[in-house]
Amino acid sequence: MKPGTPGNIIRRVVTAAVAAVAAAVSLALAATASAATLTVYTAVEAEDLKRYAARFNEDHPDIEIKWVRDSTGIVTAKLLAEKDNPKADVIWGLAATSLLLMKSEGMLHPYKPKGIEKLDPKFIDKDDPPTWTGMDAWVAAICVNTVEQGKHGFPTPTSWKDLTKSEYKGHVAMPNPNSSGTGFLDVSSWLQMFGEEGGWQFMDALHENIHHYTHSGSKPCKQAARGEVPIGVSFAFRGAKSKAKGAPIDIIIPSEGIGWDMEATAIVEGTKNLEAAKTLVDWSITEKANMLYNEGYAVIAIQALAKPVEHFPEGIVEAMIDNDFEFAANNRRRILAEWQKRYDSKSEAK
Amino acid sequence: MAEAVLPAPAPAPVVRPKVSRDDWAMRAFIGVIGLYLVVTLALPLYTMMSKSVRDHDGAFTGLANYIAYFSTPALTHSIWNSLQIATITTLITVTVGFTFAYALTRSCIPLKGLFQSITMIPILVPSLLPGIALVYLFGNQGLIKEALFGHSIYGPIGIVIAEVFFTLPHAIIILIASLSIADARLYEAAVALRASRPRIFFTVTLPGCRYGLISAAFVVFTLAITDFGAPKVIGGDFNVLATDVYKQVIGQQNFEMGAVVSVVLLIPAVLAFAVDRVVQRRQVALLSASAVALEPKPQRGFDTAMLGFCILVSIFLAGMLGVCQYAALVKFYPYDLSWGLWNYDFDVMDGGGWDSYWNSIRLAGWTAVIGTVVIFSGAWLVEKGRGFRAGRTLFQFLAMMPMAVPGLVLGLAYIFFFNHPDNPLGFLYHTMAILVISTIVHFYTVAHLTAVTALKQMDPEFESVSASLKAPFYKTFWRVTVPVCLPAILDIVIYLFVNAMTTVSAVVFLYGPDTTLASVAVLNMDDAGDIAPAAAMGMMIFYTAASVRLVHFFVAKFLQRRTQAWRRR
Repeated sequence: MKPGTPGNIIRRVVTAAVAAVAAAVSLALAATASAATLTVYTAVEAEDLKRYAARFNEDHPDIEIKWVRDSTGIVTAKLLAEKDNPKADVIWGLAATSLLLMKSEGMLHPYKPKGIEKLDPKFIDKDDPPTWTGMDAWVAAICVNTVEQGKHGFPTPTSWKDLTKSEYKGHVAMPNPNSSGTGFLDVSSWLQMFGEEGGWQFMDALHENIHHYTHSGSKPCKQAARGEVPIGVSFAFRGAKSKAKGAPIDIIIPSEGIGWDMEATAIVEGTKNLEAAKTLVDWSITEKANMLYNEGYAVIAIQALAKPVEHFPEGIVEAMIDNDFEFAANNRRRILAEWQKRYDSKSEAK
Repeated sequence: MAEAVLPAPAPAPVVRPKVSRDDWAMRAFIGVIGLYLVVTLALPLYTMMSKSVRDHDGAFTGLANYIAYFSTPALTHSIWNSLQIATITTLITVTVGFTFAYALTRSCIPLKGLFQSITMIPILVPSLLPGIALVYLFGNQGLIKEALFGHSIYGPIGIVIAEVFFTLPHAIIILIASLSIADARLYEAAVALRASRPRIFFTVTLPGCRYGLISAAFVVFTLAITDFGAPKVIGGDFNVLATDVYKQVIGQQNFEMGAVVSVVLLIPAVLAFAVDRVVQRRQVALLSASAVALEPKPQRGFDTAMLGFCILVSIFLAGMLGVCQYAALVKFYPYDLSWGLWNYDFDVMDGGGWDSYWNSIRLAGWTAVIGTVVIFSGAWLVEKGRGFRAGRTLFQFLAMMPMAVPGLVLGLAYIFFFNHPDNPLGFLYHTMAILVISTIVHFYTVAHLTAVTALKQMDPEFESVSASLKAPFYKTFWRVTVPVCLPAILDIVIYLFVNAMTTVSAVVFLYGPDTTLASVAVLNMDDAGDIAPAAAMGMMIFYTAASVRLVHFFVAKFLQRRTQAWRRR
């Protein structure tokens, strides 16, 4: 047949379709590669990930890490959604609160990594063998923009209760606990510090001063860094990073104490690469790994190794409350529902 | 469908070819493409919806989740908020879009090509970008925040502005397609009958594009009510249904309640579909085989007003973009305004770095090629197919559904469906293929409507004549339909390409370690508060999409000269 005739065209269309299907299949197969590849889900900051993999590969060049990185909420939702058919081999660097949730769903493979005795006991799951081990702690903090502070002329807040004073009205941003792990960490720590009733009273008063709630935990501090709001309730690590980049902010550790959560590591139940996964988890609690965490975080699982981190405020370890993770995990739904009822319909239609 | 509404004096019996091999082949094709939609849309949605009537452990609980939902005022308040936002957006967008499309098709203003290109800006950027621009313009450190007279941009004002920006091109595409085909003989007749200009407008122009107007309104409404990018960035604490889905799923990992909110969000779509069906039955083919193309004549006052309007809209659209480019190049707004490329160092940011940029281009290419073939063939079969009415109606329904499905819901539905241990298609999970499939489905409706609108304007006589000449259907398709509809087909290609570049919500749950995407990187960077790098990546997406659009423009112009000569007198 001559070019351009229908038969020819159909043949070409069929060829193209076959090629497309073949390409789709090959793309699909490419994702299931060799055994020495670990799919690792993480919420560790993107700028740190390459360093994490590189340090690990210095000791174990035969194991390749494929990162799936997202914010804490999305990674957690993703892992839970994949519950019946998990894709992850290891979780390295996700909130312990999230891991507790997964533990209760039976999604984690208990494993006692070598050298676990060196870790601070509060960085180890209470079960034996433990299902997860902590890496470092991320702690709540208040970021105050000093330029905007000068404009508005308010004093530097030194405690959580300070934030409820009238001079801060409309100047505070904090993460919505219904979409942010950091937000939940704040709320659960206030309930633990001030008691159930006192905690809600405090939040009622704080709510009056809130400019807006954000969906992410690092955003309030970054917004404070840009002066979008003068004060952001966030976490210290984020504040230190922004300050290092030249943002005009002070990082305040409130005097009542600060909520905190751990970044932690666990093996996913049903992984096809159990040996490699164990190797990675073993490495994740070594001194070398802890020194790696210490480059960004002031509080790490082997606290004896910790060196001060630039721009981190003093006295973090002392200020950390005796966080009851089981309380937080068990009451999570109830607390979030209560919070939503009280504050989430703040904006009325105009 | 069109047979039923031929103008009354049409020659009595429409030529009816025998139920031939052609018809069976067409039915088989409808079946195949229909099956594709069932597997990639209906089944995942079913999986998702069945979540809404089950408890956390999967036991059937009937309407318990719905009762819980409707007894939580914090949640149900969002329904009202969403409807309000979507209605206001629709009114503004359709009015502005219609005036703009009218200016481009029925006036003699200069630079029509330029104006039309500028209106395409919003579809070349992720829907988060207008939100980012608004933060820089009207936020607490905004460049012109005084313009809001103390109102906060975070909330309904910001969402509506961002949604108008985001939905405008979608309305304009449909309205231009609808307005550009008019039979000049009708206008000549009206003038000969001494009808006044307003009378001509209301009795000839508006009825002629009625279908386009209603399509545009329903497309804009559903886009605005299901979009989550704009309310996420600029919504502040103003809750809408789409962000509620996000909060339920991402924040609380409450998939069941997320499913309930999604079902609530599906209701407007069902209503829109019903309206669409009613209107469609009244639609009459405008471009009969003997039509004469309409060419506007210059009128100074009208043309000047139209030009002014187009300039204003263009400033709004291009201005938002300019602000984002400014934001991307400034080191640390508002404290250090030195210029540079710091914010382009994506490899140290969330979202997968520069790799994700290249992945997005691959995704967009595959989606454009495969999607256009599937969607245009589907639209053609449903419009021009003969008989098999039930199948075609069902297909039409499936093709309308994606518009109403929030991307987040689609993405989650895909996880539940494709990652189910018993699903033989499970191998697709975490691959580029599943991103392509989901993106085609996600943007099926507008592409389908573009194809249908173009096909509707072809007189069914073309088919009847070629059938009576015993030409096989694929020959008519290839020799007549495709060339006549080539502008629409190219629009579909570019529409799919740029949407695949910019889409966020559906793919956020589906990307794997090797398939991170640029648009998701924008979301993640903004989410983390890195708003300037988010703007920078958004601008990378824009420049890429714009270059491809430019290529499209020249290709289209070349092909138009080759295939559309018949439209000129």
